[in-house]
Amino acid sequence: MEALDLARWQFAVTTVYHFIFVPLTIGLAPLVAIMQTAWVRTGNERWLRLTKFFGKLFLINFAMGVVTGIVQEFQFGMNWSEYSRFVGDVFGAPLAMEALAAFFVESTFLGLWIFGWDRLNKKVHLACIWAVAVAVNLSAFFILAANSWMQHPVGTRFNPESGRAEMESIWAVLANNTLWAAFPHTIAAAFLTAGTFVAGIAAWWMVRLVRTGEEHKVSLARDVYRPAVVLGTVTMLIAGVGVALSGDVQGKLMFQQQPGKMASAEALCDGSESANFSILTIGDLSNSCEGVRHILEVPGLASYLGTGHFSGPESFLPGVNDVQAEYTERYGDTDAAGNPVVYTPNLALTYWSFRLMIGFAVGSAALAVLALWLTRRGRVTDNKWFARIGIWAIPTPFLASSFGWIFTETGRQPWVVAPNPTGIDQIRLLTERGVSTVVSPNLVLASMIVFTVVYGVLAVVWGRLMHRYTIEGVPDVVHDESPEARTGDDTDRPLSFAY
Amino acid sequence: MDLAIFWFVLIAVLWTGYLVLEGFDFGVGMLLSILPRGGAAHGGPENRDKERRVLINTIGPVWDGNEVWLLTAGGATFAAFPEWYATLFSGFYLPLLIILVALIVRGVAFEYRGKISDETWRRRCDLAIQVGSWVPALLWGVAFANLVRGVQLDDAHQYVGGFWALLNPFALLGGLVTLVLFLLHGAVFVALKTSGELRERACRLASGLSYVALVVAGGWAVWAQVAYSATWTWAVVVVAAGALIGVVVATRRSREGQAFALSAVVLVAAVALIFGSMYPDVMPGLDGGPSLSIADASSTPYTLGVMTVVALILTPLVLAYQAWTYWVFRRRLSVRDIPAPAGLTWQRVKDAAF
Repeated sequence: MEALDLARWQFAVTTVYHFIFVPLTIGLAPLVAIMQTAWVRTGNERWLRLTKFFGKLFLINFAMGVVTGIVQEFQFGMNWSEYSRFVGDVFGAPLAMEALAAFFVESTFLGLWIFGWDRLNKKVHLACIWAVAVAVNLSAFFILAANSWMQHPVGTRFNPESGRAEMESIWAVLANNTLWAAFPHTIAAAFLTAGTFVAGIAAWWMVRLVRTGEEHKVSLARDVYRPAVVLGTVTMLIAGVGVALSGDVQGKLMFQQQPGKMASAEALCDGSESANFSILTIGDLSNSCEGVRHILEVPGLASYLGTGHFSGPESFLPGVNDVQAEYTERYGDTDAAGNPVVYTPNLALTYWSFRLMIGFAVGSAALAVLALWLTRRGRVTDNKWFARIGIWAIPTPFLASSFGWIFTETGRQPWVVAPNPTGIDQIRLLTERGVSTVVSPNLVLASMIVFTVVYGVLAVVWGRLMHRYTIEGVPDVVHDESPEARTGDDTDRPLSFAY
Repeated sequence: MDLAIFWFVLIAVLWTGYLVLEGFDFGVGMLLSILPRGGAAHGGPENRDKERRVLINTIGPVWDGNEVWLLTAGGATFAAFPEWYATLFSGFYLPLLIILVALIVRGVAFEYRGKISDETWRRRCDLAIQVGSWVPALLWGVAFANLVRGVQLDDAHQYVGGFWALLNPFALLGGLVTLVLFLLHGAVFVALKTSGELRERACRLASGLSYVALVVAGGWAVWAQVAYSATWTWAVVVVAAGALIGVVVATRRSREGQAFALSAVVLVAAVALIFGSMYPDVMPGLDGGPSLSIADASSTPYTLGVMTVVALILTPLVLAYQAWTYWVFRRRLSVRDIPAPAGLTWQRVKDAAF
């Protein structure tokens, strides 16, 4: 394999892996903050126990997000130095802003939160977790600002002398409509992930406690886990609506900004009005859309997703052949090395990742409805299927997020910086032109192997810790940590020994 | 002032923040194998683990925030000097890869060490922390010494020297310099943040390490001055030497706060020497070959202007709340404070799973 292919694989692997931990962090930090707020305001110990329980799971997860995040920042320069040269004037700014505005806040205040249980006043300590919750979301904003610019470059001009993209307006970059669709979509998906996580785990615990039939365990289920199920499911329902609405806006923007991605999401060969959305397709999607047979279709839905019209001339959706013809005319039929350029992403990958994203997201939303029904008016349930569905639902929003990113990144190919069709001259870059030229394939292969092994081992450790801490359940309240029981001596402790 | 030069200075400041702050984190990580005592006279192996936990908890609340200085330095280099970021990161590929892996295993080991109460698990995490501290402590010095010495670039600003050229004697000695300085900085930090025997041991070690640093860092600095650096950085070398002697005096008088400030001054001086030697390049050429200058590497005045506003607003804020963190956790730790291990055991998991 060439360095290019290896670098692409490495980016895919490290990014998808990083984004297993990120959405849970983004969504769970505010949920833990809400739990702790409920404790501070009501003094009810159930919220303290839930804060500590989910807080611990949050920390186990956060550590992985941090360490895999460093790789992301270094990788642009290591494997994609020519990309970095081309875009650095624009793309580097949101990354630097993320570090200064968000990452410093989240890491510093998380340290204060973990070690400050005994040292900080209750309200200041609560403010620390809120600072973390806000910062992780702000972090997402800046990273998505950088990514949205690659999807839809704005606020930029081309400097023919240096051959580089140059920023004209940071406001335009931060006001990019692609960003303002992607940000709510990503955040809503993160809340869906965290809501499912909280609801799924709490549901499983509630059922198993109720099934014991022992009075104190049933009351633990009712007092502690049931409120968590409700918090999780309400979060899921609101987030689910947010994901769908923001996804709809994204579809319309994608139709204007990256018609090739839209066409291949539907595996649509030739443009058509009132294009159908297929749920199931057979045939060979790998090379072209010619061999494709759609089996189950919803009439006009693909057109609606892209254009907002089910039928009529305005519902016209260009196919991959139209896009190929148009892009060939605009951007030429060969790359700098004289090889022909195919302006169509990998169809099978785009088509299926789009459907898997939607399918998995709908799956977790279904749990929310079931959970609200089973816990209505103060009820708890001993339905063991509910416990199972709760656990099975937990991975689905993670998978939906992964497929969402696979879709949005591979659907942009062959571009790493997709051209803005409304025209900013020369601001576009083929992925093959972005790779480092001085790095040998062996070196990329070596790093690919190293990361795969290290990440594999860490995944096992992370999974085991999450599993064990989940089945340990909510901790008993340690009374010397509640403020009523706090004596003067406790403030003498230098810190909460977390390590 | 020219914005590009301002950003060159600002990136030096960010690296100073990183090396001063994570410098003692690395030092503490390295000392995990040196300082704790578990012999019969000290209370047995249990004491060793308690002392290790004291060490790790001294940096517990702050190490992650300290590491963000690296991410900020990297991000700022990308934004302000894209050519520098591209050439440096693709050129120094292998050392950076090793540093990345070291930082990954170290960070995870800090967070996960106490999560499972098991002897084997703790030993593995200790190993990860130590490897993750020794290796970057050496490699950062190797990387920066190469930037002082100059690297082989082609006319398109690509690094073409290969990996082995980075392991020249000057750079290897540079690696030893950061290693010793971080070890010293960590020892002083432990002396400042602990009490009892650990504090005394750290003080003695810091005093000894100051002499070693004087020889190793002094030798390297003189080599750099004679062969590669500017005249004015002689002043920096003198300041650093004075500060090292000051560390010896301060630790003998048990004035750990002063000693810590002085060992931080040594690291500030090291960054000043490194960046002073690089100026007016960000990557000097080897033996007068093609180089990458500040002007060639920099972003447009517009981007630099935007980033200047952002940095001038946010950096003081960061300094303020990070300083507050150190204030909150200002008390010394001792083995007496260390509670019983809180992590999960298999037994506890089984009990919970009824």
